[in-house]
Amino acid sequence: MGRVAPGRARPLRLTIASLVVAMILSSCGGGGGGSGDESTGKAADTGATITMWTRSATEAASRRLVDKYNATHKNQVKLTPIPTDNYQPRIAAAAGAKNLPDVFAADVIFMPQYTSKGLFLDITDRIDALPFKDHLAPSHIELGTYQGRKYGLPHTLDLSVLFYNKVLYEKAGLDPEKPPTTLKEFADHARTIREKVGGDVYGTFWGGSCGGCYVFTYWPSIWAGGGEVMNKDGSQSTIDSPQSVAVFNTYNQLWHEGVVPASAKDERGPTWTGVFPKGTIGVMPMPSTTLGAMPDNAKVKVGVAPIPGPDGGESTFVGGDSIGISATSKQPDQAWDFISWTVSDEAQVEVLAKNKDVLARPDLANNKYSKEDPRVVLINEMVGKGRTPYALNFGQTYNDPNGPWIPVARDAVFGPDAAKALKDGAPKITESLGQS
Amino acid sequence: MSAISTRPREQAAPRRPAPRIRPPWWRSRGLKGIGYTLPTALVVIVLFLVPLALVFWMSLNRWPLLGSPTLNAPDNYTRIQDNPLFVDSILFTLKYTVLVTIMLLVIAFGLALLVQERRPGVGFFRTTYLLPSGVGFAAAALLFYGLYSNEIGPLDGILRGIGLIDEPIAWTGTPNTALFSTIALVIWRFAGFQMLILLTGLQSIPLELYEAARVDGASRWQAFRRITVPLMRPTLALLLVLSITGSLLAFDQFFILTQGQPDNSTITMVMVIYREAFFRFNLGSAAALSVVVLIVLVALNVLQLRILRHDRTESEPS
Repeated sequence: MGRVAPGRARPLRLTIASLVVAMILSSCGGGGGGSGDESTGKAADTGATITMWTRSATEAASRRLVDKYNATHKNQVKLTPIPTDNYQPRIAAAAGAKNLPDVFAADVIFMPQYTSKGLFLDITDRIDALPFKDHLAPSHIELGTYQGRKYGLPHTLDLSVLFYNKVLYEKAGLDPEKPPTTLKEFADHARTIREKVGGDVYGTFWGGSCGGCYVFTYWPSIWAGGGEVMNKDGSQSTIDSPQSVAVFNTYNQLWHEGVVPASAKDERGPTWTGVFPKGTIGVMPMPSTTLGAMPDNAKVKVGVAPIPGPDGGESTFVGGDSIGISATSKQPDQAWDFISWTVSDEAQVEVLAKNKDVLARPDLANNKYSKEDPRVVLINEMVGKGRTPYALNFGQTYNDPNGPWIPVARDAVFGPDAAKALKDGAPKITESLGQS
Repeated sequence: MSAISTRPREQAAPRRPAPRIRPPWWRSRGLKGIGYTLPTALVVIVLFLVPLALVFWMSLNRWPLLGSPTLNAPDNYTRIQDNPLFVDSILFTLKYTVLVTIMLLVIAFGLALLVQERRPGVGFFRTTYLLPSGVGFAAAALLFYGLYSNEIGPLDGILRGIGLIDEPIAWTGTPNTALFSTIALVIWRFAGFQMLILLTGLQSIPLELYEAARVDGASRWQAFRRITVPLMRPTLALLLVLSITGSLLAFDQFFILTQGQPDNSTITMVMVIYREAFFRFNLGSAAALSVVVLIVLVALNVLQLRILRHDRTESEPS
């Protein structure tokens, strides 16, 4: 028996070990509430060390900005990337312990949650004093505004746009210079490519088990068609609107007609953008940030177009990160010096545009670098036309792999009746949105 | 050591200092005992009892990840039955535990028997079977995620290449394939480790017993049944306890490989706790679920140990 005894302690220790971690994180969560005090001190480049956190998914662009700032300023920004999946708990734990860095970026859809809990410093007057304040990405500014006060600036932007493979368009007898302008055309092009080229080549692809992918790629079509996915305060789902049904019906038909690879149904997200560059997909909505990594060879030549609505129109999901000064920062002036510089002409053009990144300022869409590639100009111009949905419970409703959204979307796309699936699913989504 | 201890120190140092007079409490065995156990006790109190008490306290509160806690007992416990995911996860976790424990033990035992005897090349196979244990569990899960992927993984291509399949297989696409694909990962990762423990058990059985059995005309199967299995019982019991408790706390493999899908069919109890805490930001509810899982685990372990004790009593000569 003696040899078995240690085994008895193991489950307790394992459980407790996990609980201790949860405890440590949670016991730090007691703070929050109320907005950070506003500080209107002038920007300062005093040689301070500014700490900054960002999530790993958008680290590359943040790193480029930080490197350039550090090379041209006395202040030095110390950037810490944190795995994307752990970012929310880390922020929450640090906020509770009043141990946030001076500056931190956040997925723009989580901004309402953070601003409502007082994690960011009120920088309304600082933003309003910027000469280009009216040209900052409107979706990011809107989601960084809480009760009329502004807490965040746009940092990195990731837009959903249609990528189409011109090589496959030519093979299928389609005009490679005429991408689809309606969702119906999009479906027709996809069908034609599957029929005319065939083999391992399919018409389109999407992340069929990835909640964030549906949001990012389908919702722009609903908006472009004049529909809404939620009410204004993000507390009620309107996913069963006629425009939404039309969009889901289109994808549902493509699935049942075999225009989509079978693997789309189980695609959970990590590899959904890895399919198009292989040259086996005709046309699909993709993140704009992947454009720079797309191949340009005999199998793949990428064309870019806005995501259309069922009968026309165009829209995009403006994703990416916002950035703000933490409410507990002891050097808000130096922090502001950095984050205000990131949206300056110099940073936007010489750092972001030079690397074909999407700009936080649509007014700079036409610059000396983007002119070399009309696709980049198109993407930058979409910033002003796109949307970022607002909901306090966005993550737990739409991103959570076990939340209510994925079963509803999957049923609508892969099931027999999209309209019924959306009608039955809307109340479940609303329930999650309204949970306190 | 013996040379030092036998040295006549008394002769070398005839003038010994007068013995120190120690206070009476110093001589108390009880107090000395407390002194010796205090460091361990402190560790247990700080890292085990205090967090346990805090988790229990959290479970009595509405405790958002961001914001201040408020007392709401016993809501976090009464609402557990309204959480369909948790109820489903209990059944799924139990099903997974039974399957993986049996399959893992059978395969590991088979491997241990294969490499039990010293023969040329056995060292190579022992090392090969054990190698996956050196891979981090999360990394192994990611590795299998890539392997199973129809888009980036090689598995489908290989199977199609050798003509075993015509269409790609959705390795994690249905509840059953998702479950067994995950079990395959767990077996790959842990079979070698269990084999090692079983091997030490096998090698502790005296060879004379087998020789005596052979002399008495016992077949290999009889020797296995009458000698190997009974003498391996303590080792098997240890593995059973480790495997069952580990499986009931399963998280990484499903969190990475299946994310609870398809259609929430592969969600384990710990995944629901994680979801409550870090997707729904409700730490109070997560703590209540943790307390329930803790109670279940303690009960199961008490039960297992009782059964094992009972077995031992039966097997002891009267």
